[in-house]
Amino acid sequence: MSLKSLTKAWEPMSYGFLDASAKREIRRKMLKAIAVPGCQIPYASREVPMARGWGTGGLQISCTLLNPKTTIKVIDQGADDSVNAASIRRFLAGVSGAPTTTDTLKADLIQSRHRIPEEILREDQVLVLQVPNPEPLRPVQPNMSIARQMHADADYGRMWLQLYEQIVRSGRVMQGASYPSLVNGRFVMTPSPIPRWDVPKMHMAKHLTILSAGREKRLHAVPPFTKVEPLVFDDVPYKVEDHGAHVCTRSGAKGYFMNEIPQDDGPSTFEVSDSELGVKSIHRADGEAVQIGETWYKNGEMTE
Amino acid sequence: MMDAPQIVKTQPLLMARNVSKSFGNIAALQDVSATVYPGEVLGIVGESGSGKSTFLRCLNLEEHPDQGSYTLDLPNVQGNLFDLDRYARRMLCATRIGIVYQNPHLGLLMKHSSSGNVAERLLVAGERRFNVLREKARDALDASEFPLDRMDAPPIELSGGMQQRVQLAKAIALEPALLLLDEPTTGLDVSVQALVLDTLKKLQQERKITMVIVSHDLGVIRTLSDRVMVMRRGRVVEEGLADQVFQDPQHAYTQQLVHAKL
Repeated sequence: MSLKSLTKAWEPMSYGFLDASAKREIRRKMLKAIAVPGCQIPYASREVPMARGWGTGGLQISCTLLNPKTTIKVIDQGADDSVNAASIRRFLAGVSGAPTTTDTLKADLIQSRHRIPEEILREDQVLVLQVPNPEPLRPVQPNMSIARQMHADADYGRMWLQLYEQIVRSGRVMQGASYPSLVNGRFVMTPSPIPRWDVPKMHMAKHLTILSAGREKRLHAVPPFTKVEPLVFDDVPYKVEDHGAHVCTRSGAKGYFMNEIPQDDGPSTFEVSDSELGVKSIHRADGEAVQIGETWYKNGEMTE
Repeated sequence: MMDAPQIVKTQPLLMARNVSKSFGNIAALQDVSATVYPGEVLGIVGESGSGKSTFLRCLNLEEHPDQGSYTLDLPNVQGNLFDLDRYARRMLCATRIGIVYQNPHLGLLMKHSSSGNVAERLLVAGERRFNVLREKARDALDASEFPLDRMDAPPIELSGGMQQRVQLAKAIALEPALLLLDEPTTGLDVSVQALVLDTLKKLQQERKITMVIVSHDLGVIRTLSDRVMVMRRGRVVEEGLADQVFQDPQHAYTQQLVHAKL
C-alpha cells in the first residue's frame, strides 16, 4: 500500500469551494448552534472570493450545506435579481454544480440578506441569513468579553433598558431592523437586519434558520419549532411595519412587505419586496398556472 | 408615661464575621466583623486606605474576600453569601441591596435617562410592564427628592447633587433590605451636601431602611448613624454608639480623629 492510494487525487479545487477542514469546522459549529438555540458560536471563518461584509458568513454555510442535488435560491433584500444575489447564486452553482431556482417553493437552500420569503418555508428547507453584526448587546455593551458574560448570565436588563429609552424619547420602539428577540426563552439574538415584519415568521417555524457572520466569525441558529419572541413590554405591543394596505404597482399583490419607491412629484409607489412573489402574481394575473404557496401574512395580518 | 426599655430580641439583619482581604501583600481588611440590626444605621469612619470602602464592596458582593462569612437575615437568603455563585449574587445584589457610590459614574449609565437608570433595576428584577416601570421610577425619584420635570434627562447633564439623588433613587427603587452608601456626599459643596443628607435622613425615618454608610467625614456619620465603627489600616479600632464614640473616644486614633474635626 502506498501513501498515494490512501489519498484523494489532486484536484484544482475542493467541492463547494471550501476545503474539507473548513467545512468540518462549520458543520461542527452549526451542530453546536442548533443544540443551543440563539447562542453565538465562534467559528474559524475562511476567506472566500468576496469582500467581508458582502455575505461571506452566509456563503460559507451554503458552501458547506451544498450537494449536487441541492436547489439553491439566493435573495438580497427580497430580490433574486440584485447584483449581489445573482453573483452569489452563480458562484454557488459554479462550485457545486447544484441547480438554482428563484422559486421559494422549489428551493432546498435559501441564502438571504435582510429578508425571509413571504411564502411559508417547509421542514425540508434551510434558510441561511447573512448577519453583519451578530451581537445584540453591542449597542449597550461595547466590551465583547463582558457581553459574553451577560449572555451567560441571561443578564438582558440593558436590552430592555434600551427599549425603555426609545419609548421615553420617541413614544415608540424605534428599532426597525434586527429587532432583538429571545430564542427558546434563553438567549437574546439579533435576527440579522430583517425588518420587524419578518421576525414573527421565525417563531415556531418549520424550517431551520442559520445566521452567520463571516467578518465577526460567529454563527447562531434557530432550529425548527423554536420559540422566537421579540423583546416587548407587556403593555406596549409588538408592531410590524404598516404595509398591510399597500398595493404593489407592478403585480397588484397586497398585504406583503413592500419597497417604497419615491416618485418625482412627491408621493411614493410600492413594489412587493419579495420579488419572486411579485413575478408569480404577475404570471397568475396573466392567466398562467403558477403555484403560490401559503404565505405567513394574509391581507397584512400574520396568520397563526 | 414612657415604656420601659425593651431588651433587643430581634435578629441582626447583617452579620459579617472575620472578613479578611489582601491585595498582594497589602492587607486591606483584617478580621473585620460587623453586625447591623434592622432599621439601624451603621457608620464606618476612617482615613483613606483604612479599608472602609473595601469592606463596603465586600458587603455589596463586588469584592470576594480571602476569608470570612457574611449573612443577611432575609427570607430565602441562606448561608454565607460570599459562597454564592455569580448568578445568585447578581440577583441578590439587584433585589435586596442598594448602593450609592461616591463617584456617580460607577453607579449610573451617564447617557441613558435618569428614569431609565432607575428602571434598569426593576428590569433586572423582571418587571416587564412599561407603565409600571415608569410609575415606579417616578416614585423612587420623587422619594429621593429629585425634580420630576428632569426625570428623563441623562445624568451627565445633571449637577453632582442630582446625580447622587438618581443613584439613591436607583438604590431604593426595589425597596432593598440593605442600603450601602459609599461616601455619598463627598465631592458635593456643603449646602448641597446638607440637602442630600436631609433626604437620606428622611428616607431612613420614613422607610426604616437599614443602612451602612462609609465616610471620612465625621459630620456626615454623626448626622446619620446610630452606631459607629472606626477603622484604621484594615482593622476595626473602636466600635460603639455614635454619641458615645464621638463624645468619649477611647482609642488614641479615634481621639485624634475627633480632635482633628474640631
